[in-house]
Amino acid sequence: MELKVNGTVHNIDVEPDMPLLWALREVLGLTGTKYGCGVAQCGACSVQLNGELVRSCSIPVSGAVGQAITTIEGLSKDSSHAIQQAWIALDIPQCGYCQSGQVMAAVALLKRVPKPTDADIDAAMTNICRCGTYQRIRDGIHVAAGQKQLADVLNDYATTGVAKA
Amino acid sequence: MTNLISKSLSATRNLGRVTRAPLQPARRQFLIATAAVGAGLALGLTSSRSALAQTTAPALTADEVNLWVVIKPDDTVVIRIVRSEMGQGTRTGLAQLVAEELECDWKKVTYEAPSAGQNLARKRAWGAMATGGSRGIRDSHDYVRRGGAAARMMLLQAAADQFKVPVAELTVSKGVVTHAPTNRTVSYGKVADAAAKLTPPESKSIVLKKPQDWKIAGTAVPRLDTADKVNGAKVFSIDLRLPGMLCAAVKSCPVFGGKLVSFDESKIKAMRGVKGAVKVNDSTVAVVADTWWRAKTALDNLPIDWDLGANAKVSSTTIAAALKEGLSAEGDFWQRKEGDALAAIKGSAKKVEAVYSSQFMAHATMEPMNCVVQLSGDRAYAWVPTQNAEASIAALSEASGLPLANCDIKTMDLGGGLGRRGGTQDFMHHAVAIAKLYPNVPIKMVWSREEDMTHDFFRPISMAKMSAGLDDKGNLTGFHIRVSGQSINAYLNPTAIKNNKDVRQLQGFYAEPGDAQLGYTFPSLLTEYVMRNSPVPVGPWRGVNTNQNGIYMECFIEECARAAGRDSLAFRRDLMKNHPKHLGVLDAVAQKGDWGKALPAGQHRGIAQFMGYGSYSAATAEVSVSASGQVKVHRMVFALNSGHFVNPSQVKAQIEGSVVMALSAIFNEDITIENGQVKENNYHSYPLAKLKDTPKVECVLVPSNDFWGGVGEPTICVVGPAVLNAIFAATGKPARDLPLRKHGLTLV
Repeated sequence: MELKVNGTVHNIDVEPDMPLLWALREVLGLTGTKYGCGVAQCGACSVQLNGELVRSCSIPVSGAVGQAITTIEGLSKDSSHAIQQAWIALDIPQCGYCQSGQVMAAVALLKRVPKPTDADIDAAMTNICRCGTYQRIRDGIHVAAGQKQLADVLNDYATTGVAKA
Repeated sequence: MTNLISKSLSATRNLGRVTRAPLQPARRQFLIATAAVGAGLALGLTSSRSALAQTTAPALTADEVNLWVVIKPDDTVVIRIVRSEMGQGTRTGLAQLVAEELECDWKKVTYEAPSAGQNLARKRAWGAMATGGSRGIRDSHDYVRRGGAAARMMLLQAAADQFKVPVAELTVSKGVVTHAPTNRTVSYGKVADAAAKLTPPESKSIVLKKPQDWKIAGTAVPRLDTADKVNGAKVFSIDLRLPGMLCAAVKSCPVFGGKLVSFDESKIKAMRGVKGAVKVNDSTVAVVADTWWRAKTALDNLPIDWDLGANAKVSSTTIAAALKEGLSAEGDFWQRKEGDALAAIKGSAKKVEAVYSSQFMAHATMEPMNCVVQLSGDRAYAWVPTQNAEASIAALSEASGLPLANCDIKTMDLGGGLGRRGGTQDFMHHAVAIAKLYPNVPIKMVWSREEDMTHDFFRPISMAKMSAGLDDKGNLTGFHIRVSGQSINAYLNPTAIKNNKDVRQLQGFYAEPGDAQLGYTFPSLLTEYVMRNSPVPVGPWRGVNTNQNGIYMECFIEECARAAGRDSLAFRRDLMKNHPKHLGVLDAVAQKGDWGKALPAGQHRGIAQFMGYGSYSAATAEVSVSASGQVKVHRMVFALNSGHFVNPSQVKAQIEGSVVMALSAIFNEDITIENGQVKENNYHSYPLAKLKDTPKVECVLVPSNDFWGGVGEPTICVVGPAVLNAIFAATGKPARDLPLRKHGLTLV
């Protein structure tokens, strides 16, 4: 089978019903895409298939043959995508396990809706984060979309409501 | 499983034996301290390290200035951190504390982690590695700061020696030492080698900085570990790919206490990549294959015979009946008895009574349980996401049968901990049992989400009967709490139950100050805990017993205030005169949270305060409830006094995260039991809160600078009651049975 991942074509010999997630992780070694539930509930395995956001745990690898797959590793060189930059600047990840999927979902949202409202974000960002980084994910999307100033958000995190020692 | 725990504890006792091996006279005093620490570990306590150990242990690497600080010739500062990182930010916070005293350039700070084996080899010089109970910083701030300060003093002395001037004439800023009279400077990297050869200062001679003088600690510096979490580069344990590695999927008997009878390997042996099916222990089977997906797929097709055992008759209904019986059972259950609360309530003009109940809940960390183990000859090595590296190495030693000195582990950053990956090292035992059958082969053992959710150590179930009396002026006369429910200690640590009193289950109702003190003074008070255990494994879950106890106390106080016709804040304040720190956060949140001010039509406010993990928390919540029971939480405000705060942005991140987890808990999460098995096995049946459910969270951090409290857990216990009290205000009906979705109240 031919898999086109992050611009590179790989020939792999696997069972056609192997989920794309496991082909990426265990055959191609692209472990940034995570296993969380295996049933398309949590979004940790989110990747782009022909530019569309999909949950790779629930797509057989045979269904992805010949199509353009983008994983977190292929999103940008040097984490330069605006979403990645916002994620770093705001220290959005806590444990980080779900964040590949969160980043992929946020990238897909901005591609579709460059200036998303809070309602747009509510509807699009359905990935689970057990650490509860959702408030900062919302801020990060607004910063990446240019709707909020990075400095303002950082200042809020650092100082608002802080009584000095 | 309790057997597993006692075995694990006996293994941790081996730590003491090893550290007591060949004696050197100069180490006598140190060993006494170590023995005490070892005993603490065996009891499951997190103990402080011996300050003396810092000066007596041999160097781990040639370039270290001391235990905590390595400085490279290019001025890179490597700070050593032995606590686990699971997202809570402890790594960055501890580095800030060391860097603050070190007076180095924060931009040049990086980190490394000594292993549990290295810690043992140095006689536990780095102290406890356990990371739970919100103790990562509050238990180690003193000795890590002393480590940073000692390194600074040695570096300054080395610079003074080089300049041939008195050390008192030197100043240091951002790792550059200056001798102003001669206008000379030298960076830390240039004197680090010389500094490392100096005699460390006496710990007692070190004067730590005051928080008001902090420049790095106390500020929102960026985390040290964010960059590789946004590009897929970060390697969690589950991501490891080692040469020759095989993968294992496991399945344990679905009924707790049931046994593995047999399995038919022949049915899967021919499946692609499958190496075999193996018995892991009396109740668990594994399939080993070249990839985990193949192992899991084969395991799903493996015919297995289970002896389900007697617990197959247990259900949520039978467990609830036992708890309910406990609410009225006769017996000696008291923990606090101040005055005669029962008589006072009986003789009161008005009585208030309510029964609350809380459910089993799963940790559901995003990274499921896993562990990688390689057994080669007389060596054992494991890569493991663990909250307790020393419990992990003890479990590795015990399960492999190899002495501790032949074992080591790599603590991998956790894809969530939440209390699940602490002393109970079931995943380590599984992985070692499999690895024993495959000598020299690294075995990556991963639980499926289904296995993870159905074989957790769940937040224990409980019910509470609350009673209070009010006099004719609406003042409380007596207060009675009876909690009936399952005990964590009975399951994990029975020796912690002293004189038949399991104090931990009444966390938050304590008289003693410092950790989880009740913030109210009642004219009379009776607290009781009735232990009613089930076969369902239980354990600590972020916030542990403060979660449900905070709800019981704060929701019932709300009911009392309403019965007395009093304002919720004023009623509480009158009971808090003896507890100024509790009152401090309540007042702070009332102010920031606009208590008493008008809200938009349809919105209602609730308030709560509670204490856990050495810190004081209070919250307000603003909610609206639709006619169909849809609850929108619009805004929550928190006040937290954790004594000190090391990184305000990360403290706020922990508060924000606690809101999500607590809302998920009170509205959604529910582990139920049928035929002795957990019914919910993935996120579709165990729904967690999502981004759309998250309110705007605002924080007031009010450090009083006279103690060190925790941060990761304290605020979770006030989220639930603040929201529940706001729902009460909105609907006029108290919500007492959790989760709320059972009663048609859904989070939107």
